[in-house]
Amino acid sequence: MSERIREKLSILADAAKYDVSCSSSGSKRKNDNKGLGNGHSSGICHTYTEDGRCVSLLKILLTNHCIFDCAYCVSRKSNDIERAAFTVDEVVQLTMNFYRRNYIEGLFLSSGIFKNADFTMERLLKVVKKLRLEERYNGYIHLKTIPGASEELVREAGMYVDRMSINLEMPTEAGLKLLAPDKSHQEVIKPLGDVQRQIIQFKEEKKVIKSVPQFVPAGQSTQMVIGATPETDKDIMHTAAEFYKNFSLRRVYYSGYIPISTDNRLPLLGTQPPLIRENRLYQTDWLMRFYGFHVNELLNDANPHLDVDIDPKLSWALRNLQFFPVDINIASYQMILRIPGIGVSSARKIVQARKFGRLRIDQLKKIGVSYNRAKYFITCTDSPPMFRDYQATQIKSFILAESQSKYLKNDIQQLNLF
Amino acid sequence: MIYVFDGSLEGLLTAVFEYHERRPSNLILTTAECYQPDVFTASHRIDNDPEKADRVWKALNRKLSATWLRRFYCAYLSEIPEAFRDLFEFCRYIFSNPSDVTQNYGNPHVLAVAGYARKVEREKHRMEAFIRFQQSSDGLFYCGIDPDFNVIPLIMKHFKDRYADQSWVIYDYKRHYGIYYNLDKVEEICLNQEEEKNLKLQRDKITSEQEPLYAALWKDYFKSTNIKARKNTKLHVRHVPRRYWKYLTEKE
Repeated sequence: MSERIREKLSILADAAKYDVSCSSSGSKRKNDNKGLGNGHSSGICHTYTEDGRCVSLLKILLTNHCIFDCAYCVSRKSNDIERAAFTVDEVVQLTMNFYRRNYIEGLFLSSGIFKNADFTMERLLKVVKKLRLEERYNGYIHLKTIPGASEELVREAGMYVDRMSINLEMPTEAGLKLLAPDKSHQEVIKPLGDVQRQIIQFKEEKKVIKSVPQFVPAGQSTQMVIGATPETDKDIMHTAAEFYKNFSLRRVYYSGYIPISTDNRLPLLGTQPPLIRENRLYQTDWLMRFYGFHVNELLNDANPHLDVDIDPKLSWALRNLQFFPVDINIASYQMILRIPGIGVSSARKIVQARKFGRLRIDQLKKIGVSYNRAKYFITCTDSPPMFRDYQATQIKSFILAESQSKYLKNDIQQLNLF
Repeated sequence: MIYVFDGSLEGLLTAVFEYHERRPSNLILTTAECYQPDVFTASHRIDNDPEKADRVWKALNRKLSATWLRRFYCAYLSEIPEAFRDLFEFCRYIFSNPSDVTQNYGNPHVLAVAGYARKVEREKHRMEAFIRFQQSSDGLFYCGIDPDFNVIPLIMKHFKDRYADQSWVIYDYKRHYGIYYNLDKVEEICLNQEEEKNLKLQRDKITSEQEPLYAALWKDYFKSTNIKARKNTKLHVRHVPRRYWKYLTEKE
């Protein structure tokens, strides 16, 4: 018995790991029936894998049997791999026992599609209902919506889970058609829209009647695979921005494609996953969500790709030197946020601290500004006088000369043949 | 002038009170543990006085927002000698200004207190993440820790709310006390040396039958969720510093 379950867990966790979403934040579900678990609004990462990604949820597939044959997916029908399926009870027991030992923050349940979408969705719903109703489990649950499942099932699931997600997979419709002819973006957009409307409806009702139950309190997210098809960064980020806007998504995840298939539509086996590109896309995502940048400022027809050697914020600043230098002591918060080397918490501290007196370089350093980067873009009380204007390329080379890129090592590795 | 106090919060607050009574110049605050008698400087031993401490605490309540009050408490729990000094100076600065000056991050003591608080909150969060309970044969879930800072008072509520239907113990080996939840409320417990040793060494002998299975399953899961093509040890160690590996079942 125990051997078989260990085997199943290995297979089904292995198949689920390409879904990168692991956040456990956004839910404040209370443990008020004296059961097990509660939501933690900022989430908790309980451990990290050796590739540095966090593990906060028990991320598994209910089964890796699948009727679809998507080229980028490890569980595709034509792939010759070991198949397995959990019973409802096994998933429940695993979740409860892992949670009791403080291994995990909750459950992330997805599944390959067997028979049809509704049948699969029903089984997922059974797991969720058993956890919530029979086991009095109040921890986090992230459920994947199965594309094509009926609206009633999705709606019912929404009453029990904290987050729902459905993956776009490819940033453009054309890319998706190439690799997964059975799928379309429309199939993703419909459930996203349905859930989004219901979230709003429940929120409206809650304003009037306090006892209205929670509906997907941690919102929705989606994921795109990067580097499997030849989209530009501009395509990717514009799609992301649109989905953030239309469906109030909490997160869009970008997953660098890891070669798992010999299909000639895809990058060759053994190609390095596009880690730098993935990192730059996440940086852009953050700039859009927390720094007040519009996607057009960062990526447009003139700059369809992000720079690999410098981050997108610095890259924007170098293209727009007319806004700089910024006087730290009088500039608006929005403008301070746009200075390379200053993050959200430093910007807030600066705005609060300058009410008590003009700020000096040493104070900025202590507040947490990375001054070596910011110094080309700011003036403060004791800034040394600038006798000349530097060109963007000069500033870039100064900054690159001083900084140690974390990716430099990878570049050298690529030169090795053996 | 050197003020010597015993390292307790009450002592720290009493010191603040006594400073405002006498207002000596060139004042240094130090704990009894770190105190080195000095020929040229007079010292004054602070006797804890609950009444004086209470008055200062009430004044702090009036002066500070809830966020800053928590920061103050967290910085105190760091138990770092410099933190006590910064807290003392922070109090002096707060009380010498009629307006709210806690937003003045240009002031070194305000920034320092915020910094210590952040460190302690980070350790608290790490404990919430890295504690791994083991189930004993009588159903109790237990875990021993030795955190950098004294975070047990901060993590108590989290574990009480979350694990309401199981009894558990979290024990701090470094500070020799722990908390026990008996399905109703949380109690402070102190073990004697022998019991402590037993908890530390014989942890495997008192575990329940199911324990090895779930530990093995968890290790399997940890292994199979890793993507080898993306190996990044530096990032891994930054998120899970080596000093925490001893807690983690998956790192055994």
